[in-house]
Amino acid sequence: MAEYLVDIKNERLSFFTPAGEVKALNDVSIQLKEGEVLGIVGESGSGKSVTAYSLMGLTAHPGKLLGGELHFNGHQIEKMTDKEMRKIRGNEISIIFQDPMTSLNPVYTIGNQITEVIKLHTDKDSKQAKARAKELLELVGINEPDKRLKQYPHELSGGMRQRVMIAIALACEPKLLIADEPTTALDVTIQAQILELMMELKDKLGMAIIMITHDLGVVASMCERIAVMYAGRIVEYGTTDDIFYHPKHQYTKGLIRSIPRLDTKEHERLIPIEGTPVDLLNPPEGCPFAPRCDAAMKICLREMPPVSAFGDVHYTQCWLNQKEEFEKGASHE
Amino acid sequence: MAKYIVKRIILAIVTIWAVATLTFFLMNLVPGGPFLSEKAISPQAQAALEAKYGLDKPMFQRYLNYVTSAAHGDFGDSLKQRGRTVMSIITMKFPVSARVGGLSVLVSLTLGIPLGCIAALKRGKVTDSVISVVATCGIAVPSFVICTVMMYFFGVKLGVLPTMGLETAKHYIMPVTALSFYPTAYIMRLMRSSMLDVLGQDYMRTARAKGLAGGKILFKHALRNAILPVVTYVGPMLAYTITGSFVVEKIFVIPGLGGEFIKAINGRDYTLIMGTTIFLATLVIVMNVIVDIIYKIVDPRIKLK
Repeated sequence: MAEYLVDIKNERLSFFTPAGEVKALNDVSIQLKEGEVLGIVGESGSGKSVTAYSLMGLTAHPGKLLGGELHFNGHQIEKMTDKEMRKIRGNEISIIFQDPMTSLNPVYTIGNQITEVIKLHTDKDSKQAKARAKELLELVGINEPDKRLKQYPHELSGGMRQRVMIAIALACEPKLLIADEPTTALDVTIQAQILELMMELKDKLGMAIIMITHDLGVVASMCERIAVMYAGRIVEYGTTDDIFYHPKHQYTKGLIRSIPRLDTKEHERLIPIEGTPVDLLNPPEGCPFAPRCDAAMKICLREMPPVSAFGDVHYTQCWLNQKEEFEKGASHE
Repeated sequence: MAKYIVKRIILAIVTIWAVATLTFFLMNLVPGGPFLSEKAISPQAQAALEAKYGLDKPMFQRYLNYVTSAAHGDFGDSLKQRGRTVMSIITMKFPVSARVGGLSVLVSLTLGIPLGCIAALKRGKVTDSVISVVATCGIAVPSFVICTVMMYFFGVKLGVLPTMGLETAKHYIMPVTALSFYPTAYIMRLMRSSMLDVLGQDYMRTARAKGLAGGKILFKHALRNAILPVVTYVGPMLAYTITGSFVVEKIFVIPGLGGEFIKAINGRDYTLIMGTTIFLATLVIVMNVIVDIIYKIVDPRIKLK
């Protein structure tokens, strides 16, 4: 149990909308050790953020956890009351959101918003909290911290605000930092700076990070493990090398094919994944990716593939791998 | 800030002058005059009265005279209430209306803001529907209906509340309730919609992710952002309400400024009409400046120029 910092087992979560039940997460399992970086990739609506938010107990109405276990640092999240959860949020687990322009409250100063979380989770008084806030701003690379503490969010640039968000997230030295597309709303040079800062702070503070993104470049450079999500399922999970050099799922292969490469010839076109994501209100019976998969077989449309494992950490859910195993098994006999 | 206030004062003077000018000419275009309704008045006596108050002069001459004396702080004598200046009437009647009106604004705020918040937090539930229906009724039902219904039940049927005058605290209950109905409903609706807007903002999610408790999130992070539209509404509303409502004052026989104003118009009491109009205009302008300053305090993004 204590082996993993985060251990999510077979999490199922649905949103009960007026149109019907949207099955946002189906049998999602994630393990993460202390100090590790896990990347969750997938397209919009694949359940990346929902997984992370549910770990913080922040599932938005009308979402409901239907099954599974969520262990974090010795706590069993799904059994905790909101009051108990509040002690963990912002303290042991922190989160950085996608849009720094709107994630800070416009009517309070930066200092107020940083010290708020410090005063909430520690017994520092105002003066000590302010000193800590200043220290945090220095840590995330903001110059003139004394001046910044008195400024309002609208007086800072996007990159600076994201640094402030990181400072807030790190205020209580969390064990786990969830980064929900932290660079999507920033321009490219600032993106690189923010990612660099996060990695630097990870080494300094020794926290684990869950990096949610749809940018494969980001995960390749930052993460030790990657979970590829599609239609509320983890379709492939493995080390960064596994995913990039030995992808086993057709969706992962498609994703990697669609990234521009340095050795791509001048007029060569990128190969996109055809089609649109599945409708989670009426998910197909078989593999959710089957309708878009160019290697789909009859069985793919009928039945959900079982998990096939390759080594300790690399596993996927795809019938093609089962086929290979069948053939391997048959030739041995 | 000082520059802003100076600018606003200059603007205010211009606005008040424009309001006064417009009122003066419109008022004089209405047929009739202050002394026509008096019984058994000889043409000579009427001419003498008009000469005494300067009404025999051409309209433009009268306008110039009025503006000059008003600029010196002299708003003249009432034409109908002999021997009393416009100023003395306003200073006597205004406090009465202001007490009733001020109380009703207080009631509307203390009821409207929390009810609006509750409706937003319980969105789509029974509580929300009940509050919304009550708010719609409050906006739709005119005050004279509310006044008469209340008078009938509490004054006549049950006999628990006095129906006229303002002698005791009990006397205030019905007029204040009647006056607060509309603003309470309006504030409730404003508060509900702006609160719903704020609750969906990203910084509310940040506040939850920090581990803050529900009450702290609501009072610190949501309320301050959501209250701005209410501040905008309450400023001018306060000005109108404390200057008195004609309907409510008439029904409950309250000697306030609202009734006085209508009486002045009906009696063509030119100086009193001018005085009360300028008084109301000044009050509205002052309230707007106060609203702007409160705005600046509540939301630091707003720059006063």
